[in-house]
Amino acid sequence: MARREIGEINAGSMADIAFLLLIFFLVTTTMDVDSGIARKLPEKTDQQSDVIVKEKNVLDIVVNRNNQLLVENEYVKVTDVKRLAMKFIDNGGGLGTPIDGKPGEPCDYCGGDKDPNSSDHPSKAIISLQSDRGTSYGMYISVQNEIEGAYNELRNKLSKRLYGRTYDELLNDYKDNPSKSLQEKIDNLKDKYPQIITEPEPIK
Amino acid sequence: MSKFKKKKKGLPAISTASLPDIVFMLLFFFMVSTTMRETDLLIKKPALPVASEVKKLELKSLVSTIYVGKSKDSRISGDKIQVNDKIVEVKDIPSFIFSERALRKEDEVKFMTTSIKADKEASVGTILDIKEQLRDINALKISFSTSKGSDLRGNYK
Repeated sequence: MARREIGEINAGSMADIAFLLLIFFLVTTTMDVDSGIARKLPEKTDQQSDVIVKEKNVLDIVVNRNNQLLVENEYVKVTDVKRLAMKFIDNGGGLGTPIDGKPGEPCDYCGGDKDPNSSDHPSKAIISLQSDRGTSYGMYISVQNEIEGAYNELRNKLSKRLYGRTYDELLNDYKDNPSKSLQEKIDNLKDKYPQIITEPEPIK
Repeated sequence: MSKFKKKKKGLPAISTASLPDIVFMLLFFFMVSTTMRETDLLIKKPALPVASEVKKLELKSLVSTIYVGKSKDSRISGDKIQVNDKIVEVKDIPSFIFSERALRKEDEVKFMTTSIKADKEASVGTILDIKEQLRDINALKISFSTSKGSDLRGNYK
């Protein structure tokens, strides 16, 4: 045999190859984060309690099968829903719900017009979203998103005034470091502007 | 001074021979730890609607997903519902949730969330039927899966 000495293979570029593979896997693996609009469904109860709700405390939103919107019997665009919902929730034209026998109090944190023909108090303001069975899901989500946006903006505003930080910031902080005082602040904001959304039977 | 200079001269180069091993270790770690738990979709991949007020879903292990979308066969119209690896009817959803619950510890059941991944063209009727089924069996936490964005015009035409 002529060749007796085989030179050592240079392993210097091995690291480069491995890096290449590593980067390929890092880039291609997408841990897709599932995000969405969270909702809590109402519990099903057997006994139906008849609660009398004043007409003015309900914001009627109707979507038909052509994806057209009616808010309080007026034809509007999706982008208007947030403004209308905020105006409705934050109106504060009357007294709130009585808690533990104490009479309801007027809303002292609302920045609304105090229109007597609109909602009394955020704790009484109900948003009713009625859709058609043929409404497209994208439209439905858009409206839900606008309603969610209205509540979030109101909570942000109040939070900024009370604690100097927005509601979103408080939520973020709570995620990093769940403390009791933060929890109280968040609960307080949720109490001040509770999400009351009702979805009646869809139009057939 | 010259004494010190002499010492410095003999500093050997750091061997990089073990660098590939380290990198391979990283590589294997990532290869093993990334689980591709992408269920095979039997329906057309739902085009999720866009929303701006989204919340991230926490506790991924407690999420059960329901897909709603069109059939792959374009001749078949209407919305199809898929859970796990099969297409089901609306009335089968409770049994799906029960089977999901059976896999979890009892005290975790109340934190379970149902994520609905529906196509933006799907009809609300189907979604509301699913919601009603979920209400019946007390699976009250739901999340409408969306992608994040601020331009909502693509959701409707």
